[in-house]
Amino acid sequence: MTEPKRKTLKRKGAGGRAVHDVGGLEFGPIDREEHDLALWEKRTDAMLILLRDNKRRVLSTDSHRRMIESYGEQAYDHTTYYEKWIRAVRNLLVEQEVLTRKEIEARMAEVRARHAKAGRKTSKEKIPW
Amino acid sequence: MHDNARESRFAPGDAVRVADRPALGHCRTPWYLRGKRGVVAAIHGAFRNPEALAYHRPGLPALPLYKVRFKQSDLWGRYAGAACDELEVDIYEHWLEPNSD
Repeated sequence: MTEPKRKTLKRKGAGGRAVHDVGGLEFGPIDREEHDLALWEKRTDAMLILLRDNKRRVLSTDSHRRMIESYGEQAYDHTTYYEKWIRAVRNLLVEQEVLTRKEIEARMAEVRARHAKAGRKTSKEKIPW
Repeated sequence: MHDNARESRFAPGDAVRVADRPALGHCRTPWYLRGKRGVVAAIHGAFRNPEALAYHRPGLPALPLYKVRFKQSDLWGRYAGAACDELEVDIYEHWLEPNSD
């Protein structure tokens, strides 16, 4: 993970705001450090560009944003930028009937098993749907 | 930018107010601007409606998109900066109302 873990933002007096729409609320200092991107983050970016090109049109910037904004407050505040992105890409692939949830979960189990067999560590954390 | 543009309702220099309503689904107008008064600084052109594009719909007819200028002191209750500080935000036409005050 390339971003620091955060506390959940108290959206006090923020009734009716969408989860991402926090402009003007107190959220402490902004982390202005530059972060190196992990390989999976670069791949996430590449996947997004391919899925929205004229050939595929599986998603758009706007549908991707809408999916990111559909998180609950806790999940929104505790996930990093690219974790939000990959969840939205995955969920849009299911929404647009390119892949099924079952297919994605079966493949994830397969990949985990392969890594376990090779003695590589895998994260137990899962990106919630 | 889209060719299939409607005529724009506002012109540069017009006083406008951002609609004070909750968003239904995806929307690009930030909460902190709802009900705030500003002035049209420029018309960017017409663009497909992101509120429809977000749900895989075509978002047509294209909507005029404006650059609207606000006084920072009008937006924040305890603004500590200079009185002349301004903020420019891009806002789609259906979020703007005429401000006759």
